[in-house]
Formats: sequence, structure tokens, C-alpha cells
Amino acid sequence: MRTVSAAETAPTTYPWAVHAQGLRVRAGRHVAVDGLDLALNTGVHGLLGPNGAGKTTLMRALATVLKPAGGQLSLLGEQVDGRGDLRLVRRGLGYLPQQFGFYPRFTVREFVEYMAWLKEMPKTVVPGATQRAIERVGLAGKADARMKTLSGGMLRRAGIAQAIVNDPAVLLLDEPTVGLDPEQRLDFRELLRDVGVDSCVLVSTHLVEDVVAACSDVVIMNEGRTVYQGTPADLMAQGGDGDAGDSPAERGYSALLRRHRAVGNR
Amino acid sequence: MTTHPSPAVIARYTDREAGLDEVTAWSVEVHLEDCADCRALVADSTADDSRDLLARVAAALDDDIAAQPAPAPRRRWTAARHRWTVWQLTPWLIMTVAVLACAAGLQAIKPSMPSLVMLLAPVAPLPAVAVAWSRRHDPAWELIAGTAAAGFTMLLRRTAGVLAVVVPALAVASSRTGVSLALTLLPCLAFAAATIALGALVGVRRAAIGLGVTWTAAVIAPALVTTELPVMLQPGTSPAWALLTLALAAAAAAQSTSFRRLTSHN
Repeated sequence: MRTVSAAETAPTTYPWAVHAQGLRVRAGRHVAVDGLDLALNTGVHGLLGPNGAGKTTLMRALATVLKPAGGQLSLLGEQVDGRGDLRLVRRGLGYLPQQFGFYPRFTVREFVEYMAWLKEMPKTVVPGATQRAIERVGLAGKADARMKTLSGGMLRRAGIAQAIVNDPAVLLLDEPTVGLDPEQRLDFRELLRDVGVDSCVLVSTHLVEDVVAACSDVVIMNEGRTVYQGTPADLMAQGGDGDAGDSPAERGYSALLRRHRAVGNR
Repeated sequence: MTTHPSPAVIARYTDREAGLDEVTAWSVEVHLEDCADCRALVADSTADDSRDLLARVAAALDDDIAAQPAPAPRRRWTAARHRWTVWQLTPWLIMTVAVLACAAGLQAIKPSMPSLVMLLAPVAPLPAVAVAWSRRHDPAWELIAGTAAAGFTMLLRRTAGVLAVVVPALAVASSRTGVSLALTLLPCLAFAAATIALGALVGVRRAAIGLGVTWTAAVIAPALVTTELPVMLQPGTSPAWALLTLALAAAAAAQSTSFRRLTSHN
């Protein structure tokens, strides 16, 4: 049994939490996301794709760090591709970057509290929300350790804690499972399912098994465009015996990419 | 103010067999929430076994609380420091203060030279202001750039943190060397405001470099060659500097909608 949150019963005024149409985003001079269409709602969405497919650039654009070069992008019903005020949208965002920089002298608690303050959470709820976020990622014992003393996996979890501290409506995690040991990955999948109940979670990863285990929806990207969007079961059904991979999902993934490349080369 | 229920009613309220009618029970309950004296009466009139149970529960709770770690203390000073300044500014501020100290020392040794403190005052805050809003100097820039508080207010806060160090340092240096306080501080504030106003157009780092190079080439270098105080720093120019500072501050305030994204120019 679980409590029904207010967000689940309140009506939304927008059809999609994340909606991109013909989105183009530059990474330096190179157009890394080129004409991407994407519509996501509540649930956990896995973002798969080969290196250089534009996953990280897409994540940065969705996190409002990069300004799109073209197309339309709306988050939580607000246009974020122009010069509009991003403040309201940003309060509802959680973002874990792939290269995750931090201030080494901060303790984990100071870091998460600082991020909660930057996300303009009400002053009175910050200490409680910080403690809860740190407990949810299993770092309660290290809450007062300095960031520079943490191992890679712990840093990653501190990063996840700052991303979920404001109970974001859109949570963007770029390669969150790098550096986590197998047990922590299982806990992390549990956390993802929990958060995905009432928010839109987009997880970029290279690990197909993570997507199958924790995601309700799979998005595959290649060369800046969406190749495929469907359920994990459907992804597994795409693969045949002749495709590369050790599991049905991996075979489905390589089959979809192979077909896409064949169409592109024709 | 409600009247206290009679002891007889309280006795019937605590006795489960007495069958107090519902309406009276509710009114007693509402009264008990606010009245410590009547709660004491209720506690006295309960049976011994209930009191034993309550004592056991209280003792168990106390033990539990004592066994758990103490609540994290509130660190107002640390939180305030994190909000107004950032760690990576420290070396730049130390450098600025050291350069000003050297300038004051040189001036004491060679009084015939134009006041170095006065010549350096406009460019003193520029390096630290450039670092305060910078991609390459802020390790957590990607996290911060996607938060609601990022933008004009954050740049202003950090600039204020820089000025809180540079202005007292300039004040001390000018009083030691006996130059005009207004002609030291006003150019410093004017250049800080100009950096922000220009920074909205070309990026804070480029603005700081441009202003610093221009001032060095146009004012500092000729003054050192001719060993005469330049026209714009002669006594009597302080009203003009005050007006310029106000105008530049207004120009900076007009850019409040800029700085929403931390672009690669910064």
C-alpha cells in the first residue's frame, strides 16, 4: 500500500511532461540533436543509443542548460526554447549530468542542501527533504563526509540525491548507474520505479538490462533522431536469432539499430 | 475561551464503561487539545495498567532516540557563505588583495609616481567577477546552470561577495596612501557594473577582459610613462564617476532577464 500524492490527483494542463518537435541542439559547432521528435509522460523512460547519438546533448537541452538551435521544446507545458522565464520549469526539474562536477569541500548534506536552495525550495522543508533524499540513495551514514572523500559510486549516489531532493516532475539522469556495484544498481532500479510513479523520468544509459528491468518505456536514439519508442516487451520482440546480443533485449536493440542504418544508407 | 469540563465529565470520558455521549466526548476532546491542566486530570484518572503502558512506551521511545545519531546541527554561517560566494573565488580574491597591497607599498616607497592604488582600483574586481560566472572555473556549473536560482540574481550575489572583499581592501589601501576614497571606490563599482551590463551581451569573461585591457592600455600605461595622474582621476571628477556608476548600475539592472543560461562565452 502507498499514499496517493496530490500530484497524481491534480489535473495537469499539458498533454506531455516533455514534448519536443523537430528539436535541433548544437554541441559546439556540431548539430548533435537534429530534428528529434519526442513525447514523454509520467513513467520511467530509458534512453538508449550508441556513443555519439546525441543522448547527452538531448539531456542538456531538456535540463535547460543548452538553448535549442531550432524546433520546439516544451517542459511541463512551458516553452523553454526561447528567451522566456525558465524559473517555474526549473523548480520542477531534477538533473544529474554525465560529467558531474561538485565542490570538493562540501559535505554531502551541504551539497544537497545547497542544491535544494538553488532549486528555490521553501526554507522550512529543505532540511527534511535533504535528509530524505540522502536516505533514499542510501548515503545516510556518509551524510557529513566531505565530497572529496567519497568513492565514485557514492558520488554518483550523492548526485542522484541532489536530483531528487525537490521531488521533480521531470527527472533527467545521464548515465546514473556508472560506478554503482550490482547491489546498488538493484536499489537504484527500485528507486527509479518509486519516483516514476508520479513523475516523468528519463534515464540515459548503455546498459540494456537496466532499461528492461526498471523502465516502462524505451526510446532509442541514433545520429540525433529518435529511432524507436515502445515498451521493453516490444523491444525484446524485435530481435531475431541472427542478431548480436546475449539477451532478447540486446538482440532487439541491435536489430533496431541495424534496420535503421540500413534504411539510412539506402 | 471554553469552560473546563467538570471533573465528573472527565472521569466519565476516561472510563470506557461509562458511555459518555458522542457530542460531549468530542467537546471534551477538543478542549483537551488546548488545555494542559485538563490533560493532567485525564492522566490522573486513568487506570494503573494504562499508566504502566504509557511509561513503558515513553521509556522505549527515549531509548530509541538516545540510540540514534543526534540531529544535524544547523549551520547558518556555512549556508550563508555558500549562498554569497564560491570556493573557487578564494585564490583570485587573495591575488587581488596581494596586488593592491603591493601597489600601496610601491606608492609608499616612490611618492613621486601617480597613485597605483587609484590606477588599479577600477580593474581590481574584474578577475573575481569573471570567475564568479564562468563555465571553466565553476566545477558544478552544469548542475547550477539548470536550477531556478541561476541567472542574474546569482551573478549579483556573487559580485556582491567579491565586492565585500575588494571594497574594504581598497578602502584600507587608499586611507594608508592618502588618496581620495571616492576616486578609488566609485571607479571600482562603475567597472563592476559595466562588466555585468556588457556581460549580458558578450559574456562576463569577455567583458571583464575587454574592460581590463582597455583601462590598462588607455590609462594605466600612459600614466606610468608620463608619471602624471590621468585626467579622469584628477580631484574633482568624483561627481562624474558617481553619475557614471549610477548609469552603469541602471544598465546592468536592465539586463535582469539575461544570464538565464550559462553560455560557453562565460
